Amino acid sequence: MTEILESNVRPILTPNAASAPFFDGAAAGRLMLRRCRACGTWHAPQALFCMECLSAEIEWTPASGRGRVHSFTVIHRGQIEGLETPYNVAIVETEEGPRIVSQLLGIAPDRIVVGMSVSAVFRRLSSGMVLPYFAAE
Amino acid sequence: MAGTSLGAIAGLGITKMSREWMGPAPVLAAEAIRLAIADAGLRKTDIDGLLVNAGPSSRNGYGASALSVSTQNQLGLRDLALCSEMVAQGSTAAQMVQYAAMAIAAGLCKAVVCVYADASLAPGASAGSSYGMGRFASSAANPIDILDVQYGLTGANAMYALAARRHMALYGTSNDHFGAVAVSNRQWATMNPHAIYRTPLTIEEYHASRWIAEPFHLFDCTMVNNGAVAVVVTSAERARDMAQPPVHVLGMGQGHPGNPKKAPFENEVNTGAAQAGRTAFAMAGVTVADIDICELYDCYTYTTIVTLEDYGFCEKGEGGPFVADGRLAPGGALPTNTGGGQLSSYYMWGMTPLSEAVIQARGQGGERQVEKHDLILVSSQGGLLDHHGTLIVSPHAGIH
Repeated sequence: MTEILESNVRPILTPNAASAPFFDGAAAGRLMLRRCRACGTWHAPQALFCMECLSAEIEWTPASGRGRVHSFTVIHRGQIEGLETPYNVAIVETEEGPRIVSQLLGIAPDRIVVGMSVSAVFRRLSSGMVLPYFAAE
Repeated sequence: MAGTSLGAIAGLGITKMSREWMGPAPVLAAEAIRLAIADAGLRKTDIDGLLVNAGPSSRNGYGASALSVSTQNQLGLRDLALCSEMVAQGSTAAQMVQYAAMAIAAGLCKAVVCVYADASLAPGASAGSSYGMGRFASSAANPIDILDVQYGLTGANAMYALAARRHMALYGTSNDHFGAVAVSNRQWATMNPHAIYRTPLTIEEYHASRWIAEPFHLFDCTMVNNGAVAVVVTSAERARDMAQPPVHVLGMGQGHPGNPKKAPFENEVNTGAAQAGRTAFAMAGVTVADIDICELYDCYTYTTIVTLEDYGFCEKGEGGPFVADGRLAPGGALPTNTGGGQLSSYYMWGMTPLSEAVIQARGQGGERQVEKHDLILVSSQGGLLDHHGTLIVSPHAGIH
């Protein structure tokens, strides 16, 4: 079972019907992406329709949770309440292809390397919402 | 003969550039337009086209305080033959000149004013209130749309830092390379009376400046400031009889790679300059070897490096070493961002490189004037390297 960590990051997000499967999946320890029913192409959680065939039939689908660090930055001037600087932001290239913005947990900034293997971990926010993060494998 | 004038820039207006409040964007736009029309030796009634590019502060303004297509009424411009807002982020300035030249060539109109204005630094507001993504956080309809903000990705500094880090990882580009761009820009800015930052900058000061978003130090990032720039575009023929030496557009192009944000694309290290440049160079009948001066969109030091690669001044990945030896600086082999660029002079999106190109093409650069200025490459860069506009401008109506 994936460890659930506390966080107080603001602003607080409130799931709605369109996004609930993503957050419900995270709460169950699964990274949810979207996949086109017509052509099979994987998409980021933010996709509204398939960028290959323009079908609107994209389904929430569990991903493997594994990926690689495509790039990362360490933010020293933050604007998010509850996120103490410095903190990292990473682009993770998921095994399925889509690249998503996330954060790497449990790693010092000077140990992060582009191309390193990571897998999803999950953190519960103070609002009760659970988000996927990543940790080095 | 290769390269024929596609139209000319006949007037240039640059307001005071400041980090102080000088009024809402329409006030600044009106001042730039007044200056540009006078510079061309025209009257306001000679203007029959208006293209407006509102900076991000337009989101903070309402009614008369918002720069928009409706600003026509405040400007007292009646019976225009062409009037529109243009929105392609930072790539808009070059695009405005392109559409103006094409509309004039097609016979829609005769003299088009293209204006950019921004008043992002308002009393009691930070640049982040105009540029940060956090401003969307409270009003997002779907929380998935602001997921990136939740992870602390709040604005352009971090997004470009992510792109720059990718370039470093793939090609070995370093902060020494980024710093060389920052230092070079500042050398030019010391000679530009319009520039906001004119104190010389050393590479040591660059490295010692605080981190913003690694790998970016403070001096890797553009400032944000208030101001406006306008140009008057007309035909090559009409421009000959106006007050200023014409600045001819010999080539133009656009490139919009977008970013699918998935494997195997490498959009963080490839820009639309490659596609836009191919079109513009072919149109002008010249190559990169013919370019005397580059005026490039340099929102970050990294942007200059990757843009030079994509135009073909060096191989992909070689941009860091290419800029490291002072090549872009005063006295260097490829004078680039000769007014100090966005990093040191003023941040007016694509109007920063365009305005300096007009000054250099006319030979009006004073202390910083580059002696050989027959062909100047101008870039506009929008989004996260998603959109690109290119102009090749010259004091000559054709290149033999």
